[in-house]
Amino acid sequence: MSVQVWTYILVAITFSLYIGIALATRVRDTKSFYIAGQGIPPLWNGMAIAADWMSAASFLSITGIIAFTGYDGSVYLMGWTGGYVLLALLIAPFLRRFGKFTVPDFVGDRYGSQALRALAALTAILISFVYVAGQMRGVGVVFSRFLNTDITTGVIIGVFLVFLYASLSGMKGITWTQVSQYIVLILAFIIPAAAISLQLSGNPIPQLGFLNIVGDLNGLQEQLGFSAYTAQNKTNTDLFAITMALMVGTAGLPHVITRFYTTPTVQGARTSAIWAIVFISLLYTTVPALAIFAKTNLINSLENKPYASAPAWFKNWERTKLVVFTDKNGDGLMQYKPGNAFLKTSTGGNDFEKPDPANANELYIDNDIIVLATPEVANLSPFLIALVAAGGLAAALSTASGLLITVSGAVAHDIYYKLINPNATEGARLLAGRITVGLAAIAAGYFGINPPGFVAQVVALAFGLAAASFFPLLVMGIFDKRMNWQGAMAGLLLGLGFTLVYIINFTPSLGGRGTPDGLFLGISTTGIGTVGMLINFVVAFVVSRLTPAPSERVQELVESVRYPSGTLTEAQTH
Amino acid sequence: MTQTPGSTSTAPPGPVHSGLTPEQRQSYWRKNLSLTLTLLAVWFVVPYLLGIIFSGNLNTVKLGQAPLGFWIAQQGSIYVFIVLIAVYAVRMNALDRATGVEG
Repeated sequence: MSVQVWTYILVAITFSLYIGIALATRVRDTKSFYIAGQGIPPLWNGMAIAADWMSAASFLSITGIIAFTGYDGSVYLMGWTGGYVLLALLIAPFLRRFGKFTVPDFVGDRYGSQALRALAALTAILISFVYVAGQMRGVGVVFSRFLNTDITTGVIIGVFLVFLYASLSGMKGITWTQVSQYIVLILAFIIPAAAISLQLSGNPIPQLGFLNIVGDLNGLQEQLGFSAYTAQNKTNTDLFAITMALMVGTAGLPHVITRFYTTPTVQGARTSAIWAIVFISLLYTTVPALAIFAKTNLINSLENKPYASAPAWFKNWERTKLVVFTDKNGDGLMQYKPGNAFLKTSTGGNDFEKPDPANANELYIDNDIIVLATPEVANLSPFLIALVAAGGLAAALSTASGLLITVSGAVAHDIYYKLINPNATEGARLLAGRITVGLAAIAAGYFGINPPGFVAQVVALAFGLAAASFFPLLVMGIFDKRMNWQGAMAGLLLGLGFTLVYIINFTPSLGGRGTPDGLFLGISTTGIGTVGMLINFVVAFVVSRLTPAPSERVQELVESVRYPSGTLTEAQTH
Repeated sequence: MTQTPGSTSTAPPGPVHSGLTPEQRQSYWRKNLSLTLTLLAVWFVVPYLLGIIFSGNLNTVKLGQAPLGFWIAQQGSIYVFIVLIAVYAVRMNALDRATGVEG
């Protein structure tokens, strides 16, 4: 059977599964809709957290980014896993003990301020939207490549599916679809990686196999004029700042934090953090190994080979412009050398009509190609190639659904119920939640079909904003009883404001200048959230000490999230 | 799903933590903070110092063909994170049990 037939079969099976789960777990109350009735056992919650967390970018792009940046790409690996240490130690158990529906809920109650609640809700919406647009785009890309539909059709199918199961069964249904999506995505990632590891290194475990070939890859790269794969190119300061921004940003992402609200107990929240990091690490330790195998394969199968007899996968992906060849020296051979093969457009994309005469590189290779084409490059069976498509869809859909529930919580719970209409009935609140999921899904679909120029900068933006806003806001709310709303507000506005202005200023597609001149300490936009976070902490501390202490009631609330309160029941002592 | 005290989503914040005496609370929080700070020290040292700042120095040592600093940045630090989270969860859950309270 062909790849396309296998893809149709796998997509049909997995989509039916997701819808079946949604139908089986329909909900009728807001507690189930937003926090799954707090009935999710830690192991399954850990799996759902992992699927929620690992997005289309984790699945499709990150391996490619690391393959092309080598050692410098480590910032993503350390940042996106190390953030869970902060989340597990500083935030998750305390917010679970607080035990309401959303992250802005905690912010509003802890600081006793409706203005901060509104600001937190708006920030949560902004971060989630920036993120969800990328997921819908990922769905479209997979559909267009594997099923030969156009991207728009793919996005519409994705929007409809996510809307269906998120609005029907809320967080409860999403949890169980995320569990099934994790299984699909991890199998789709690990099986091809193991097969390639066996081919190239003789060891089926990628985490061990790459130890046998990374030195050879260093040699290959240096031969072509690149720096060694394991060599550092960015400055220590920049690597440090990016890693830190990604870590604190991870710990401050509302759609991830909310997942910890769904366990039955505080102890369960801690335990689900263990499972989450184990399930996430399964992918994130395979990623750098696969990057090394794929890069080696890529160089060996393309460098100095005649274009006329390029492998089939190359021709396939050429149509989607994920690989592009330009014969600069007219010798009919493909030369892979340092530098961009093509000149950049004004918004930072590639202008495929204009080869860059300044260097001898003749190949443009998109990051996403590494995961998408690797099974083909390695001649794996059509079934495994199709499985990668199903995995990419699972990764995109699971993250999108978590984001939609977060947007829905911020709009229908925090803004509509808590700020506009506190007398809303349970039924009205649930309906508002469902309608918001629908509107958010449509908006996400629109951005997926018409991606704004800044999609490539999504990572910098979402993580920078979360790092400079929610992380300090939550940590100070738990660990500094003296922190008041004046301090929190001042810190939030200055930290968030600085980060936004800095990112926009240095991002051409957002109207800023693209040159690195004038970067603060040479820190790139992805790392600037670290500085924004520090500004937030310092300003909040100073302002809070110059203004009155928070009320008795607020201090009581801080106490209540710090200590256990009830009698231990037998069910929790597993 | 039965509700455990303190985990009700609608209870207003108030003196609901009557399960612990002020001394118990102080000791609980001190233990939590010292465990957290110890684990965060490791969280900082492994990726930032060994994985970034001193990775060049460590790279003279090889694991198979992989330089050690590079390996810590792409593999080792992730395994350390798993251990840190597991130690925290197990120790804190044990502290909760020892304190005889939940929530």
